[in-house]
Amino acid sequence: MNIFWEQVGSGLVTGGIYASVALALVMIYQATHQVNFAQGEMAMFSTYLAWSMIHAGLPYWVAFALTVLISFIGGIVIERVIIRPVENAPVLSVVVVFIGLLVIFNSLAGWIYTYTLKSFPSPFPSQPLFGFRYVSPHGIGAIGVTLVVLVLLYAFFRFTPLGLAMRAAAQNPASARLVGIRVGWMLALGWGLAAAIGSVAGMMVAPIVYLDPNMMSGVLLYAFAAALLGGIDSPGGAVLGGFIVGVLENLVGAYVIGNDLKLSLALVLIVGVLIVKPAGLFGRALVTRV
Amino acid sequence: MMEANATAALSPAKRLTPRLAAWAALAVVACGLPFAVTGYHTFQLTMVLVYSIALLGLNMLTGYNGQISLGHGAFYALGAYTAAILMNSLNVPYWATLPASAAVCLVAGFLFGLPALRLEGLYLALATFALGVTMPPLLKYKHFDAITGGSQGIVIIKPDAPFGLPLTGDQWLYFFTLAIAVVLFVLARNLLRGRVGRALVAIRDHPIAAEAMGVNSSIYKSLTFGVSAMYTGIAGALGAIAVQFVAPDSFDIFLSISFLVGSVIGGISSIAGAVFGGVFIVFVPNIASQISKAAPWAIYGVFLIGFMYLMPGGVVAFLRVATAWARRCFRKAG
Repeated sequence: MNIFWEQVGSGLVTGGIYASVALALVMIYQATHQVNFAQGEMAMFSTYLAWSMIHAGLPYWVAFALTVLISFIGGIVIERVIIRPVENAPVLSVVVVFIGLLVIFNSLAGWIYTYTLKSFPSPFPSQPLFGFRYVSPHGIGAIGVTLVVLVLLYAFFRFTPLGLAMRAAAQNPASARLVGIRVGWMLALGWGLAAAIGSVAGMMVAPIVYLDPNMMSGVLLYAFAAALLGGIDSPGGAVLGGFIVGVLENLVGAYVIGNDLKLSLALVLIVGVLIVKPAGLFGRALVTRV
Repeated sequence: MMEANATAALSPAKRLTPRLAAWAALAVVACGLPFAVTGYHTFQLTMVLVYSIALLGLNMLTGYNGQISLGHGAFYALGAYTAAILMNSLNVPYWATLPASAAVCLVAGFLFGLPALRLEGLYLALATFALGVTMPPLLKYKHFDAITGGSQGIVIIKPDAPFGLPLTGDQWLYFFTLAIAVVLFVLARNLLRGRVGRALVAIRDHPIAAEAMGVNSSIYKSLTFGVSAMYTGIAGALGAIAVQFVAPDSFDIFLSISFLVGSVIGGISSIAGAVFGGVFIVFVPNIASQISKAAPWAIYGVFLIGFMYLMPGGVVAFLRVATAWARRCFRKAG
């Protein structure tokens, strides 16, 4: 039984990571109705920036705050400079631009920082917290950070005028423009926020999987699955989806089929759920008038 | 009335002559190229043809029928492994593996197309992505080692030119692939230009209207999945014969993604686009690594983004606009 709970615990930890990347995906989707395939690599690059700063001698939390800020600005710049010119291109062309961004970030990180694994510090103490034996302290911290980010986001979208404007711009760009919302800038802000959330996710995942240019490739896949499982238009669903995927992956790997095929089986299960419930667990089924 | 008929009958013939000349020139170039370049380049040209066939399958599904697939590498792998296993374990001659690969992939694609009917857009993208990710570990799975060769893969012997033709192995394989590609492209053209093609486009553009017109959308969609997988599977078998080797790691998710990239860059709702896409997949990574040894993929990414800026509708759409523009200029001048 102990082993079972340990598996659940480590599943929750990785699930927290998936949840935060899924949250970033949902953010961009809500703001732009696009799925950003480069999200994971952007997070990875941000984490390298944090590593450089910590390596240069800055205290962890200063580096953390600076990284989030730089990622936020970086996200806005990417939207303005790279995504905006293809705004009216066909959807799949935009997907190709995302794939382009993905390989660029991956390759640049490998070029600047080399492909060797780097360890990344954890801000949390190494003794077990609150007597939890099954989850590592860093894991609890990471889950906590994810939940804090979720609450902050919820508050931002629910209670601030800017959040309202962003929701309006995503839901009905034409009407939003008519009441004076600058829709283009709202999209850019959405990108900035998503990049910032992604950087937090990257810094939380790096102590567990170590820092290397390919660290996010698996994470992005799971996050994508998590976002769709929870419903692509529901931030809360994305977080829950992340935890479900994390736990499922660990249990399936430990008890059913072994580590080689766990990714495959987890995905097959998710697709199975989607076939039964195509809008995801918490997504709204799209009803269109014809 | 008579005169109008006469000109109407005349003008297509008039237009046809330069078109025929263009096709003849293309045929001469396609047949002459392997004699003008080295063996390695001939191999690369063969791979262009192979990828064009695979992309043609993807274009049918994603471009014409609007079903996104991020997992066509799986069908490519299935075709390649079918061919390799038949040649390796059962000593089947290489040309006879193609119908087998085609049949296996047609069935597999059709079966995958059935559950995919319920999924649309992003959700379909995820399901096909899962398929693409699942394939390599499945091929590596230790209980299948005896037939798939595990992570070592299977080595295939390169076929020689038959009937004592004075061709090297590479050249023969090029012509063999070329012949099959021509047949498959003509078939695809006839399929997509006719009633079936119109039904596919109707389902893509307005599924409800298509159903109201009497198009059975579930049958069409799942069959399109099957035929698309079949094209890609044939390409996989040809690719395996050309590369003389199959291994799980050459069919990872990156292959599926580069299929989608090639498709979009060529022009996703077109037949000719598949060829441009094939050229892109084979040559652009090479060019990128010649430009920068240190970060070739960064250059590749810049190429991708640059292409999408310059021609958001793909090469074919760009050429269409360019020829229309040239024609207008020509008319103004004349």
